Amino acid sequence: MEVTAIVEAIRERFPEEVREVREFRGQVSVIVRRDRIKEMLEFLHDTEEICFSHLQDLCGVDYLGKKDLRFEVVYQLYSIRHRNALRIRAEVPEDDPSIESVVAIWDGANWHERECYDLFGITFVGHPDLRRVLMPEDWEGHPLRKDYPLKSDLGDREWKGFKEVIALAEKNRTFETR
Amino acid sequence: MLLEGLTGMVEVEEGVKIIPGGNTIIAGIDKLVNWGRVSSLWPMTFGLACCAIEMMSTGASHYDLDRFGIIFRGSPRQADVVIVAGTITKKMAPIVRRVYDQMPEPRYVIAMGSCASTGNIYNTYSTVQGADAFLPVDVYIPGCPPRPEAFMEGLIKLQEKIRNEHFRWSRWR
Repeated sequence: MEVTAIVEAIRERFPEEVREVREFRGQVSVIVRRDRIKEMLEFLHDTEEICFSHLQDLCGVDYLGKKDLRFEVVYQLYSIRHRNALRIRAEVPEDDPSIESVVAIWDGANWHERECYDLFGITFVGHPDLRRVLMPEDWEGHPLRKDYPLKSDLGDREWKGFKEVIALAEKNRTFETR
Repeated sequence: MLLEGLTGMVEVEEGVKIIPGGNTIIAGIDKLVNWGRVSSLWPMTFGLACCAIEMMSTGASHYDLDRFGIIFRGSPRQADVVIVAGTITKKMAPIVRRVYDQMPEPRYVIAMGSCASTGNIYNTYSTVQGADAFLPVDVYIPGCPPRPEAFMEGLIKLQEKIRNEHFRWSRWR
């Protein structure tokens, strides 16, 4: 099936969820609501003629101040059999930043969803092991949000482990022989 | 040979005298100890990021480091100098400090590359702005990455620093 026909099939089956369809230089993105996202992705994965077997990427976006719904979770899909690519962008509001997990459909989504949780704070309902993957386990805050401090000096919000290293270095400075 | 019969002292270098006929070298303890340390600097490989590749290529056969007596040791307990090569993240900082603390004295630190010296362009939430935030660094080698020649110059600078050390060999410190 061609990508335009696939988008029509999505529109037909999920009429209230599809908010917008964009196309740029051959790349098609469908902006949807998050309500039936797992059902939609299951449909795209299981249907024979569509068959998006490869989840190329799953990431989060923060549109602080630029859109009403602050976050988006973007699914970059690719069909190996039919050689099609499609992008699904699911909008996630700020006051309830959670969305259904797609680990049951594609196993590779596991660490991508953990990274999205770690760096944006978006909870994935149904994820088997949702915890931080890049930052240390006891890190506070979600660094890739637009309102997170940009530079290295975090002040009071500094990670406890790093503060301990600095304190230890200060304490041992008297023993340094140079 | 020609020198076999000589029994007088000959000064070959400042502070170092030899008796050619008697196969004797006379020098101050500082000079001897520093010469020993300088000629067998054993680094602890601490390659964190891309600078590790340059360190490896400097240690390989084209720019050889073995000719300086530098043998890379895997354990900090057997190393003299730790070459921090690469970006130090805040998550890795306690581990770097722990490795440094495990080294026996006399120990030295080389910050190789711009990331270990100052944090380079990565002034972000996760990067430590230079190893000297929590380690006493002796030599900084700038570069991204520093060429093997620059890295060797940094090692030679450390050798000069060690050569000028004084009274760092007694037990009562």
